[in-house]
Amino acid sequence: MRRFILIAVPYLWLVALFLIPFVIVLKISLSDVALARPPYMPQLDFAAGWEGFQSFFAALDFENFWFLTTDDLYWKAYLSSLQISLTSTVMTLLVGYPIAYAMARAAPEWRPTLLMLVILPFWTSFLIRVYAWMGILSNEGLLNQFLLWLGVINEPLTILNTNTAVYIGIVYTYLPFMVLPIYSALERMDDSLLEAAEDLGCSRLSAFWLVTIPLSKNGIIAGCFLVFIPVIGEFVIPSLLGGSGTLMIGKVLWEEFFSNRDWPVASAVAVILLLILVIPIILFQRNEQKQREAEG
Amino acid sequence: MSQTVFSPWEDPNEKPLIQFKNVTKRFGDFIAIDNLTQDIFAKEFFALLGPSGCGKTTMMRMLAGFEAPSQGQIFIAGQDMAKIPPNKRAVNMMFQSYALFPHLSVWDNIAFGLKREGKDKETVAARVEEMLRLTRLSKFAKRKPHQISGGQRQRVALARSLAKAPKLLLLDEPLGALDKKLRQDTQFELMDIQEITGTTFVIVTHDQEEAMTVASRVAVMDEGQIIQVATPAQIYEAPNSVYVADFIGDVNIISGRAKPNGEKVATQWAEGQPDIIGTTATKFDTGQEIHFAIRPEKVAISTDEPQDAANKVRGKVLDIAYLGNISTYHVELPTGHVIKAQTANTRRLSRRQITWEDPVWISWTDTAGVLLER
Repeated sequence: MRRFILIAVPYLWLVALFLIPFVIVLKISLSDVALARPPYMPQLDFAAGWEGFQSFFAALDFENFWFLTTDDLYWKAYLSSLQISLTSTVMTLLVGYPIAYAMARAAPEWRPTLLMLVILPFWTSFLIRVYAWMGILSNEGLLNQFLLWLGVINEPLTILNTNTAVYIGIVYTYLPFMVLPIYSALERMDDSLLEAAEDLGCSRLSAFWLVTIPLSKNGIIAGCFLVFIPVIGEFVIPSLLGGSGTLMIGKVLWEEFFSNRDWPVASAVAVILLLILVIPIILFQRNEQKQREAEG
Repeated sequence: MSQTVFSPWEDPNEKPLIQFKNVTKRFGDFIAIDNLTQDIFAKEFFALLGPSGCGKTTMMRMLAGFEAPSQGQIFIAGQDMAKIPPNKRAVNMMFQSYALFPHLSVWDNIAFGLKREGKDKETVAARVEEMLRLTRLSKFAKRKPHQISGGQRQRVALARSLAKAPKLLLLDEPLGALDKKLRQDTQFELMDIQEITGTTFVIVTHDQEEAMTVASRVAVMDEGQIIQVATPAQIYEAPNSVYVADFIGDVNIISGRAKPNGEKVATQWAEGQPDIIGTTATKFDTGQEIHFAIRPEKVAISTDEPQDAANKVRGKVLDIAYLGNISTYHVELPTGHVIKAQTANTRRLSRRQITWEDPVWISWTDTAGVLLER
């Protein structure tokens, strides 16, 4: 009985905070937009009893999902989100791997400090940090002033409100999620493996490719998923740093919801997004499980 | 003698495979190797023996190329190794932790070094199969290192380091992680493999029994210096110092003053006790401080006074360590010295004559012990 209660706690948590909200969103996505409060119908009328129930389900349909296929804005936004997410994941990996590697190779007494430095930005609000990037990247921003002062450029570069700014923002924000799993994989690695590789005829570089990279593979995969999955639905960074040309599904969703007040279509967008995300999440889980098995 | 004894170190015409010439290695202020000169010959099974921190691992890592000497030179087959990186040396090492690549199968671990040489697939496969047979691992070729036992992992490490047929194989505490029984079996396996392949082995160990079993010569090290290099029998029977005598096996040390008398030397060691008579080739001055060292198994113990022993002392049994095949008696002398005497248990325990608190005689011949200056 006590075991049952213990297991029930996380399940209750999931039901209350994930399953019920999801059912509500799913229900809204099957509804029609209405000039009312809340701005959709039908509403379930408990007072009408069984008949009210029947008419409620009869009014639900897949119209909104059908609508998403008629306007190419939506699938373009999905594709563009995937592309931005993929590109920024690769960029985060390229920046994050050397950082993680340097941390893992640093003297042991330095590692806690370096780890702290990677985590430190989380102490400041995410939103404030993105606003700070606006100040850095704008035409009169710190970066342009610095480059003008150096004489590298003659007129300010337009970075803010372009995809470049979005990539910078994403790489900056999600870097810790890439660095930490790779660091933990590299830190566990036995240095004598590299010596053994060298002893058996590897140069330093080939020892890196043949030993270090394969042994940090699980960290790389985990890091990539931890960046890729949340970036697909990212809203704050593209809307603050991106321009009108930056098309991401998170932004589309926000506009449908708050600007158009079309809750049913916004919900349909969200449901599709969730379905898209289920694939990488399953792959991620499988990777984690495989790693546990290999270690067990 | 019908069989020629393997002893290239006694042949002045023999060229050593490895030469340390006045090698010093410092780590900051710490001197790991102190002006060391030593030759090691081809096909030797050379053991570096010493307590941790004595520099034996540093010596091995310098041979592998992971450390460079601060001063002096190391030659392998006549070539100065100073500028040669580890991956360009015909030297392979078996690591203490085995350092098997966890992401590769047993087969791929063994093939790792061969593939780096750029050999074609058939040659690599043939060599790997040969190594698997040699180390009796054929059944486990497809397994990953974490799927096999400690003893098997040890054999994979050995196969991997032998696969490239190195001139010199370095073994860093190779059997440290194995339990005693497996360790003994593996020691004989190592000797067989060394004989079959004809490779020169240099082994680092802190286990004196292991060094004695496998090695053709043992170097006993302390504080960055080699104290004595000799065959296991010589090291045991004729240690050159108290340090070596004490480090290898069990020993009784009695310090006193020398009183030379021809080729015999008497040691005055305690007031009112007869001098200990020993034989030595070394010259000692009268009154010089010397140490008499004798192994417990060379000390006889009896209840009756022995008639024709060169040295005999009375004492009282303090303690008995029963080890099954042998027993060690700790005998306290009237002077307070405690001497260990060992006897083989040829009789059943119930018929043992000597027990705790018994007055006994201990005795030894005049050639049983060695006399040491330091």
